[in-house]
Amino acid sequence: MKDPAEERSYLLNRRAFLSKSSVGIGAAALSSLLGSGLISGCGNRQENLSSVLQNSLALQSFHFAPKAKRVIYLFQSGGPSQFELFDYKPLLEKLRGQDLPESVRQGQRLTGMTSGQDSFPLASSMYSFKQHGQSGMWLSELLPYTSLIADDICMIKSMHTEAINHDPAVTFFQTGSQQPGRPSIGSWLSYGLGSENKNLPGFCVLLSRGTGRPFGQPLYSRLWGNGFLHSLHQGVQFRSGKDPVLFLNNPEGIDAASRRMMLDQVAELNQKQYDELGDPEIQSRISQYEMAYKMQSSVPGLMDVSEEPDHIYKMYGPDSTVPGTFASNCLLARRLAEQDVRFIQLYHMGWDQHDNLPSAIKNQARDVDQASAALIMDLKQRGMLDDTLVIWGGEFGRTNYSQGLLTDTNYGRDHHPRCFSIWMAGGGIKPGMVYGETDELGYNIVKNPVHVHDFQATLMHLMGIDHEKLTFKYQGRRFRLTDVHGRVVNDILS
Amino acid sequence: MKAIFKSTHAFAQAIIITGIVLVTLCSKSCTTSTEKSLDTASADKVNIPDEVDFIFHVKPILSDRCFACHGPDESKVEAGLQLHTEEKAYAALGENKDRFAIIPGDLEKSTLIHRVTSDDPDVMMPPPESNLDLSNDEIKILVKWIEQGAQWKEHWAYLPPREAEIPLDNNPWVSNPIDNFILAKLHENDLSPSPPLSNEKLIRKLSFDLTGLPPSIEILESYNQDHSVENYERIVDQYLTTDAHAEKMTNEWLDIARYADTHGYQDDLERIMWPWRDWVIHAFKNNMPYDKFITWQIAGDLLPGATKEQIIATAFNRNHKITQEGGVIPEEYRSEYVTDRTNTFGTAFLGLTFECAKCHDHKYDPISQKEYFQLYGFFNNVDEKGLIEPYGAIPDPYIELNKKEIDEVLTFINNVQEAETIPLMVMKELKTPRKTHVLNRGVYDQIGEEVKASFPSLGLEMKNTEASLNRLDLAEWLFSNENPLTGRVTVNRLWQQFFGKGIVATSYDFGNQGSLPTHPELLDYLALKLQRANWDLRSIIKDIVTSSTYKQGSKIDPALLLKDPENDLIARSFRSRLSAEMLRDHALKISGLLVEEIGGPSVKPYQPAGLWNEVTGGGGGSTAKYVQDEGNNNYRRSLYTFWKRTVPPPNMLLFDTPTRDFCMVKRENTSTPLQALVLMNDPQFIEASISLAYRAIQEKKSENIEELIQFMFTLATSRKPDSEELSSLKKMYDIQLDTFEKASNDVVEFLKLASNKILDKEKTEQLAAMSFVASTIFNLDETIRKT
Repeated sequence: MKDPAEERSYLLNRRAFLSKSSVGIGAAALSSLLGSGLISGCGNRQENLSSVLQNSLALQSFHFAPKAKRVIYLFQSGGPSQFELFDYKPLLEKLRGQDLPESVRQGQRLTGMTSGQDSFPLASSMYSFKQHGQSGMWLSELLPYTSLIADDICMIKSMHTEAINHDPAVTFFQTGSQQPGRPSIGSWLSYGLGSENKNLPGFCVLLSRGTGRPFGQPLYSRLWGNGFLHSLHQGVQFRSGKDPVLFLNNPEGIDAASRRMMLDQVAELNQKQYDELGDPEIQSRISQYEMAYKMQSSVPGLMDVSEEPDHIYKMYGPDSTVPGTFASNCLLARRLAEQDVRFIQLYHMGWDQHDNLPSAIKNQARDVDQASAALIMDLKQRGMLDDTLVIWGGEFGRTNYSQGLLTDTNYGRDHHPRCFSIWMAGGGIKPGMVYGETDELGYNIVKNPVHVHDFQATLMHLMGIDHEKLTFKYQGRRFRLTDVHGRVVNDILS
Repeated sequence: MKAIFKSTHAFAQAIIITGIVLVTLCSKSCTTSTEKSLDTASADKVNIPDEVDFIFHVKPILSDRCFACHGPDESKVEAGLQLHTEEKAYAALGENKDRFAIIPGDLEKSTLIHRVTSDDPDVMMPPPESNLDLSNDEIKILVKWIEQGAQWKEHWAYLPPREAEIPLDNNPWVSNPIDNFILAKLHENDLSPSPPLSNEKLIRKLSFDLTGLPPSIEILESYNQDHSVENYERIVDQYLTTDAHAEKMTNEWLDIARYADTHGYQDDLERIMWPWRDWVIHAFKNNMPYDKFITWQIAGDLLPGATKEQIIATAFNRNHKITQEGGVIPEEYRSEYVTDRTNTFGTAFLGLTFECAKCHDHKYDPISQKEYFQLYGFFNNVDEKGLIEPYGAIPDPYIELNKKEIDEVLTFINNVQEAETIPLMVMKELKTPRKTHVLNRGVYDQIGEEVKASFPSLGLEMKNTEASLNRLDLAEWLFSNENPLTGRVTVNRLWQQFFGKGIVATSYDFGNQGSLPTHPELLDYLALKLQRANWDLRSIIKDIVTSSTYKQGSKIDPALLLKDPENDLIARSFRSRLSAEMLRDHALKISGLLVEEIGGPSVKPYQPAGLWNEVTGGGGGSTAKYVQDEGNNNYRRSLYTFWKRTVPPPNMLLFDTPTRDFCMVKRENTSTPLQALVLMNDPQFIEASISLAYRAIQEKKSENIEELIQFMFTLATSRKPDSEELSSLKKMYDIQLDTFEKASNDVVEFLKLASNKILDKEKTEQLAAMSFVASTIFNLDETIRKT
């Protein structure tokens, strides 16, 4: 026998479809559109059209053959130091303690935290580097597990950004603009491509707090906000605890059968209203309730990791059994990816190590190293790495000189937007590659710079979207994720 | 479009461009199947209008597809061609000045036509790399326009409102001139108004629109007994003088004023701006004339002998975000604050996208980058800093309000504790004026030409003035008779408030890229009327809500939906969803939980635990962790809910409240699954369901279940349920009662969310089952809509 919920949904969608075709541009089928990927809509639409039409899916077809079907973005909030993790600079060891030459700095602006310092003593990494894999990628001893996936990832050492402070820099990475108000990457993809999953949102968000500097930098819900796009495209936060999505659970004392009865009752009375008033919005509302019900039944199972086998927990590390940790979120990210959620955004806080960097970054790296690598290996063993794009990185890098006193055992680093490292892997990315170069002091880029907008353009390209063509006209202007900039970094595409 | 749109008045042709026809005009850029569905929508094939009008047919095309390279931005002019002014569009081109883009009546020699019809990628316009194109219909319009003599007209919004003749009609449907304008256009299109709303639904709509709250059963009954025009007006007058009306108007203003209780960047520290919010309530309560209301907010501090109240009003311009993030370059952020004030002024008062002219000349409208910074100059002279230092300090400039003067003079400020002194950020000019420069590419440290504060030209010749101007001059200019925008922008926003959509649908953009007015004469009529009524907003509101247009029913006839899917012609009422605030206030009100106190510090009602905590960076002080208030503060109207910008209340955001990061004059109206989850499961809505059921049981004192259900249903929807609805809900009650009787523990668990006014012994299976019915009613589409 057919699942009654499914049958009902079919009937509702069918009805919605009929009402749509009889009234033309009804809003009724919006929810079903969103539940089934690319169906309809157009790019250069006018604002004068109904907001519903305007906000339905943007793309009729992909601009390019997509290499990735989904993205897992492991955002490292606070600005991880490239010097202790990825960008090996032997010369810094020789020049340790000497002042950063003005010929290198070239008057570039500094944050208010170090602009008043008398000197800028160069600081080398306390941690040693070795080459790994067939590619011979240099990685720090803080990343023993990442070292194992060196041949699967593409390290970009030449990222650069325009902002020098966290709030504008994170906002810039996630929305393409330093000031709040634009949609985030996940929202753009949801708007452009819709959701492949009928029971879950297309854009899911998971947060965790690191142990490096647990309290340093906040996050903002606008980072996964829909900006001026339809609110269906906003990121939905998945939380540890008993209410994984806000307001998901029925009140205590109300079971699923009662809820089903109530939904049927609501649908029946709403249908009666529709028969009287003929407003397609009522059909849309009926569909939204069915979708909510589906979420109620599918999310708890998704969040219940108890049936994961021991070897998986072992792979992701001991933290993976602790809800709310980065490791546990990585495991959930894989489960969401298996459900074809389009954009899975993790944020791990705590990388803002202005002082006590050596001890803080050691803890912070331990939080993420094993689980990040496990995620790649796990996706790979399931045959999913080929069409899943995984990104690891923060909003900017850190300075090559010490913030505050440089001692034998201690130093700090300030924000540095001129160069930093991130890695990407999977869906369409060349594995085992190092891209871009910084100078011997790690201050400026000397080869193949990649701007944040270039990174965003590349991400869109891998998802089958031309970043210049996915636009939304708002307040008279066509907005896009990459503003008026960005070029695809073809060199790193497989 | 066949003859459904006919008019001799050039402006009246405006209507053609909005709504149905535009669907097809823009459809080429869409894909084939979309075109098909849109064709289905408009049913019949689109024709090109017999007489092509520049403003309403031609310029929208030129602006949207050509101006980016051939428009007002002087630094981006391709091939020397600019199409945004008459002189430039007809000018000779090329080295020998022997070519012309447009020669009236001469298609052959108009290179524009050659370019837009070419298939050659090197010749065609728009060029392929622009990702823009023209539909066949759009090309035909351009062709026909040139054939018909390529007549040029100035943009409607920059010309002063015109005295319109009221299209007289002795149709008894007409209640006031608004109806004359609406009816004339309906008749032109062979449509007629919808039958009126039922008595109950009319009063429901009126009550929500004027007060943000549902009508009481008493008012519903009073109007049912006497639905005369006089009684309706009496109810209108009564609503207009309530505190609830002032709160409703304030709620609208808070979006525009980007009001919040935190500073908005990074740690998002708490700020105290609510005394200003209380002043706004006070101003609306007293129906302060709009010119005064705005002048005080823009320049109250510069008025001769400025009072403290006038200075409090200027907090409007300090509602923008301010950073405390250590290490920022203060001047970068100070420049952001001035930018925010400038952009807010442009959006809120002029209905123009000024922000587009910060980094370069505006691409579509006659606003040069220099003019942007001339407007910026008015707001650049504040004695302020870019960074909050030391951490947690109150940003300069601010005034202190002490308990004594609040008690004696500033009595509109509410709930002040004994001996409390309240600091409030306000506007204050620097003694030595700060110089304003054009900032190249809009970047704070790229200093360009020095400019003086002056008014936007709006493409018109400006009188040169040597006098140095300040914010007070700016406010005067705003309300001078020469300003073509202020009146229109204001009445349009009121119209949007009551009809769900403005006469200009893009209430934030009256420029070349904005929508054209559906009823231009009506817009001008109302704008002039507002001016003549000395900016008395209430008089316009009263005109609107007493019109027959407003009182129309909301039933959507399939034929009407085909003909006017967007309801541009207003042949029916929109079925607007209640706003986030109205939804919650409605639930609190009908369940008897609402605490109707006015103003005071913002409150922290229920929100899911941990939301602030899990994103804090450790700073933030009082905003690091959400501590729910106790008692009455949980039941205040939603406009008083504490607004933390970086983590706004989720149940409000899900229902389309803006984040208050910047000025917003129009909210979206969406429908999503997460909204369903809020209404089903948010503890505040469950608590309200229980209280509504409790209220029914207490007040009705009846054993008759259907009577109780009817009471709840009527409170929620403002109408009595029919027998079918009633028996269906009763059946559900019986089943749920049976379920609860078998599981007494579930009753206990469910009723844990009950308000503490309900005694333990009253927490029965019956109450639980009735609460479940109440919750069901709260989830009905009808409950969450005005009509």
